Amino acid sequence: MSEHLQNTITRIQARNHVEVEEFRGEYTVFVDPEKIQTFMLELRDQHDFNICMDVTAVDYYPQETPRFHVIYQLYSMQHNVRLQVRTRIDGNHPKLDTVQGIYASANWKEREVYDLFGIHFTGHPDLRRMVMPEDWVGQASILMKS
Amino acid sequence: MTDIREVSVDELRHLVSDRAMSGETMLLNMGPQHPSTHGVLRLLLELDGEVVVNVIPDIGFLHTGVEKTAESKNYQQAEVMTDRLDYLNPMGNNLTYCLAVEKLTELDVPPRAQAIRVILAELQRISSHLLWLGTSALDLGAMSMFLYCFRERELVLNIFELVSGQRMMTTFIRPGGLWRDVPVEFEATVRDFLKAMPRRIKEYDDLLEKNEIFLDRTKGIGILTKEDCFQYGLSGPVIRGSGVAHDLRKKQPYSGYDLYDFDIPTHPEGDVYARYRVRVEEMTQSLRIIEQALNKLPYGPVRSNNRKYVPPPRSEIGVSMEALIHHFKLWTEGFTPPAGHVYVATESPRGELGVYMESDGTARPYRVHLVTPTFVNLQAVPVMSRKHYIADLIGIVGSIDIVLGDADR
Amino acid sequence: MGLEQKAGNMGIVTTSLEKAVNWSRTNAMWPMLFGLACCAIEMMSAQAADYDMSRFGMELMRASPRQSDLMIVAGRVSRKMAPVVRKLYDQMPAPKWVIAMGDCASCGGIFNNYAILQGVDEIVPVDVYVAGCPPRPEALIHGVLTLHEKVRKEKIKDWA
Repeated sequence: MSEHLQNTITRIQARNHVEVEEFRGEYTVFVDPEKIQTFMLELRDQHDFNICMDVTAVDYYPQETPRFHVIYQLYSMQHNVRLQVRTRIDGNHPKLDTVQGIYASANWKEREVYDLFGIHFTGHPDLRRMVMPEDWVGQASILMKS
Repeated sequence: MTDIREVSVDELRHLVSDRAMSGETMLLNMGPQHPSTHGVLRLLLELDGEVVVNVIPDIGFLHTGVEKTAESKNYQQAEVMTDRLDYLNPMGNNLTYCLAVEKLTELDVPPRAQAIRVILAELQRISSHLLWLGTSALDLGAMSMFLYCFRERELVLNIFELVSGQRMMTTFIRPGGLWRDVPVEFEATVRDFLKAMPRRIKEYDDLLEKNEIFLDRTKGIGILTKEDCFQYGLSGPVIRGSGVAHDLRKKQPYSGYDLYDFDIPTHPEGDVYARYRVRVEEMTQSLRIIEQALNKLPYGPVRSNNRKYVPPPRSEIGVSMEALIHHFKLWTEGFTPPAGHVYVATESPRGELGVYMESDGTARPYRVHLVTPTFVNLQAVPVMSRKHYIADLIGIVGSIDIVLGDADR
Repeated sequence: MGLEQKAGNMGIVTTSLEKAVNWSRTNAMWPMLFGLACCAIEMMSAQAADYDMSRFGMELMRASPRQSDLMIVAGRVSRKMAPVVRKLYDQMPAPKWVIAMGDCASCGGIFNNYAILQGVDEIVPVDVYVAGCPPRPEALIHGVLTLHEKVRKEKIKDWA
């Protein structure tokens, strides 16, 4: 683990109660969905994670109760490290605060997650379908596990 | 045939300026069938006369559902679909997918396989840049470039056909190594290509560098600043054209890229011309990498010996009971990596191509998500094209090297 | 061409109207410049220097459907794209023909899922299917030549 990542994780853990997971040398931080905006802002401004490579989601129905995980892949150009941020959200009217004001690249990525998982991003300026036709009437959210 | 859905301007109110509401600016639809959108991109343009006020890209016309379909295939089968995502970079897609599977299963790849992977990925990068050069020069009015670039692209496709039997969708790189070793003619063919290519690249330079029209239509057009690049998470030649020396082959080397000596071409201007220069210079660097890899191409196996994940060679199946069982199990059930998730990123010709793969311990991936460069880079088109003429929009869209299969997945 | 020997010095050729019309149709069949996915790249290869479709008089790609006779559906057609493809087909003036290039356009190919049309023949009538994923440029040229053969056999009474 690189020094910067180590420092970041210790400093984050000192302030918030976050779980940290490691698999194959990749570090994942679990955040409360309510805190996502402040947390991302902190990562961007204080820990140099200046690029959000990806926003996606995974559906764990039926084995886990907050069924969705929303996943952010952050990258620090300066320190050349990656960090994965995850948040668990409930499947009943799933919604999450948008981070597109913090990372502009999240704009389309969040639209895609909205399209394919049905997760609403509150505060998103342009939450339309991304890849499916706008009048799509089949299964509403394609990547949900039934 | 479904009824035509009528869209009123009110639905687009949050996307266009107030001037569009009063009819002062014009809303114009471009695409999905338009010769210079390189496929099926739709752009909704807001124009003030000839000047672009805003661009609203609309993608998804090539949405293929790869991520969902991969969940119902096993790991070997899902790889076949990655070829067809970014159809100008099948080898690179295979490589990224295989690196993700290998990271998940902790498979080791023999050095010979790694070197051949690098050679093939770099050949693919050259062929992709050639196609980009041909088509985007064609968009800007240089017809002959298209014919010249495709001439050299055929040489690369011939090499792919030699090693795998297919011109484009090869699926030659497999988890744990390669499908098979390259034929004996491989080295000589690649060396012929290496010998021919530098002169051809100079030919392209001669054709375009003195072409006044091409220079006028690229210099100072579609400027992107470094800050924009970081905000939008851009990568690849677009970010290197804005003066950021970011290349995952150097920064986070994979598949043995750290063994080779090469430079990252950057240009600080951030315009269409800078991106064009970066791509042309990258071709020369790719040739350097191929030559080094070919010079120290080690001998040995091209597939891992871990029989849990990699099928045994054909010669063993006839004589070994275990080999037969492994082969049967692998091609009927597939293999089962341990539960967990990985994110692997490589440098595709267009930028950072990432694979997020999650396994739940069964033979099928629980979730495969592809982080594709075109999707990310397309977001910056509105930023680049504001206040330019509509004719320059063609050059700008071309300059980020869009492949819609890559964007829509 | 051998025509001179047959026609002699009279400057007159006798043939049926059917043959004359079909001949002219096959020799000026303008495809629409319209690519969807991987197969579009092979379609471009077919027009480029190595394969050179213009040897058969089919290089003149028209970007406007109003000026084209032949639609080559090169690549997978998604559900979002399907209405567009149909609209383009409707805009083409008759007589018009369709080639489904590649497995995806012919039958859905490897993508048997929610997003991809399982064969473009669900929305437009297809004359020739070209197999391959993607088909080689030679296969596309063969497909167009097969279409030419088909056009040569068309009868006046079917046109009406």
